[in-house]
Amino acid sequence: MTMLGDRQQLSYIAAQAADARLNLELETEGMTLNIGPQHPATHGTLRIIARLDGEQVVWAEPACGYMHRGYEKLTEVRTFPQVTTLVNRIDWLGSFANEVPFILAAEKLMGVEAPPRAAYIRTILFELSRIANVTLFLGDLGVQLGAITPVFLAFRDREYVLNLIESATGGRFHPNFDRIGGLKDDLPAGWIDETHAVMKKLRGFCDQIEDLLFGNEIFQSRTRGIGVIPRDVALQYGLSGANLRASGVDWDLRRDQSLPMMWNKADWKVWTHPDGDSFARCWIRLQETRESTKIVDQLLGVIPSGPIMAKVPKIIKVPEGEAWVSTENPLGEMGYYVVSRGDLGPFRVKIRSASFNNISITPWLLRGVYVPDIVTILASLYFILGDIDR
Amino acid sequence: MIALLAEVPYWGQSLLRVLGGLVAVLLPAGTIVYVFLFKMMSFMQSRLGPMEAGPYGSMQLFAEVGKWLQKEDIVPDRADARIFKMAPIIVLVSTFLLVVVVPFGPEAWFTDFETGVFYALAVSSISVLGILIAGWSSANKYSLLGGLRAAGQLIAYELPMVLAVMGVVIQAGTMNLQKIVVAQNTGSMFGIDAIGHPYVISQFFGFIIFMIAIQAELTQAPFDMPIAESELVSGYMTEYSGFRFLIFFIGEFATAGVFAMIASVLFLGGWGVPFTWFGWTSVDDVANWMNIVGPLIMFTKMMLLVFVIMWIRFSYPRLREDQLQRFAWKGLIPVALVNIMVTAILKVVF
Repeated sequence: MTMLGDRQQLSYIAAQAADARLNLELETEGMTLNIGPQHPATHGTLRIIARLDGEQVVWAEPACGYMHRGYEKLTEVRTFPQVTTLVNRIDWLGSFANEVPFILAAEKLMGVEAPPRAAYIRTILFELSRIANVTLFLGDLGVQLGAITPVFLAFRDREYVLNLIESATGGRFHPNFDRIGGLKDDLPAGWIDETHAVMKKLRGFCDQIEDLLFGNEIFQSRTRGIGVIPRDVALQYGLSGANLRASGVDWDLRRDQSLPMMWNKADWKVWTHPDGDSFARCWIRLQETRESTKIVDQLLGVIPSGPIMAKVPKIIKVPEGEAWVSTENPLGEMGYYVVSRGDLGPFRVKIRSASFNNISITPWLLRGVYVPDIVTILASLYFILGDIDR
Repeated sequence: MIALLAEVPYWGQSLLRVLGGLVAVLLPAGTIVYVFLFKMMSFMQSRLGPMEAGPYGSMQLFAEVGKWLQKEDIVPDRADARIFKMAPIIVLVSTFLLVVVVPFGPEAWFTDFETGVFYALAVSSISVLGILIAGWSSANKYSLLGGLRAAGQLIAYELPMVLAVMGVVIQAGTMNLQKIVVAQNTGSMFGIDAIGHPYVISQFFGFIIFMIAIQAELTQAPFDMPIAESELVSGYMTEYSGFRFLIFFIGEFATAGVFAMIASVLFLGGWGVPFTWFGWTSVDDVANWMNIVGPLIMFTKMMLLVFVIMWIRFSYPRLREDQLQRFAWKGLIPVALVNIMVTAILKVVF
């Protein structure tokens, strides 16, 4: 992995040397602070090893792997339909979105395509899981910065979305609803009207959070100018999703890629922000939640009738070949590289999850910040532990 | 009242005083925890809060206390055990020392201290000591950071608090808290004496500075970096469990109550009602029933002020350490100094 440009590397070494000299002269010693594996700021078992000088971070590095569950290996001993059960536990807050790219890759290998009705419902559920995911982020952001009220509002409103997902799929958190060639079931009666109502509520929630949190002066002074990622650095580190768009890169796989999904049937906007700081990242996510509610509302109105399953054999054997499909998941680009040897299950699966790449920028980003800003930056980068460690 | 007390032997009087002190500290603390922490916070966050223990969960606090008392008293291996155990008690003691000078009625006071304001400000900073040694002796990096942050913060906000009180002292011309109450209730504004002269009106900036400073002294959000549960786990309290944590917890809310009482004495007229309402002219005329009604009036004013403190606490995010220091030294202290100067000039002119 290329980490730093030459100049950055040199200035880093110079800073380290100067620090060592200063410590020798003053006989002061820094302190190594282990933030995690168990720590309220990491919501999971991420460990940040930070070398502190007073309250300033001299050097920091994330240590991940405390929750490694070996999904890539486990998929090799599962059949294709069974894999969705595994992969929707990667990013556990937006599970349905994890199933989609894998199923799309399998469909690509088999040469089947889901019927239009299934594709529409897939897209809607994909966006609902994004809303459920990002809603919690918006609430959690407050907790990380010390405001305890927004998270309860977020939990309340996320529950409406989870109820929708549950009534359509049967699972609140882990729907396991996607099938190769379509979906398990059709939508229940009355679901569409209910979803319209909930989307209205969620837009209200976005306004509320914008008032409560984003308009707050303390929130702004805590996030503006903190953890700035310039455009080129963001690209170097392979950031994706809202973190990349907040650095001013106009890149969204939902729009830029042609997949058998229905995002292009709706009218929505890809938001970018020129600043690249923590505030920009949070703000982009807020806007994206709004856009997602719009997408859902529009697609609900135009769902065609028809079957929800294509014709696929009872026992699915995927022909030999390799396929790569990635989608714009709530956390960023999530992709599966599926290798099949013509068996019941995949021969090898490589999972590219967004948080692993997003978190890899922390050593660069955390240098020189204050301890409270570590929390701000980690919260604004927004990672899910399952998505880092898999 | 005094005559009644005089018949009781000296040890009995002392015992009554101690019991009175316990009631004056613990009753507000319990009420604050239930009304604000359990219920108001829950309603702000669209939930019900505790509902099972007692009607509307009103016995929840007793259940919590029972739970904490049963827990093991854990002292970390590398902690300085004696000091570690002492720290929470020092914090709570400073609250008890503080309530001693607060007057609750014309004769309902623990001690009528001539330099009460000075004493109150002096003992309020003893809690810094407890917090600092709690942070240091825990042998925990988070505790250490929390303790140091607390020390820096409490010292920085002590200053605007003292300066804000100076305005009141200049205006009342006394440091005796009882006399400050009387001065507010016998006073008049521009010849109108219908509501007396509560200093919140003439010392408005002083009041605001004082409230901000006590928000910081109590380490409530947006000034709660010493605890900062998302950064420092729980700051200087991280290693405490069982009843030692309970003492910290009670100390936090008891101090909120006592500081609110002092604020109501200094700025809102304390226990008194405007004396002209009942035709009283001095504190000696005040009817005896004020010794019962006075504490209730105090309690109401305290709850009002604590409501404001808690309202801000539950709705604001946290400042950063350097922003907090900048706010104190560059914002509050200059304003407080200007406030003192203007007050002094006006005092001489009028």
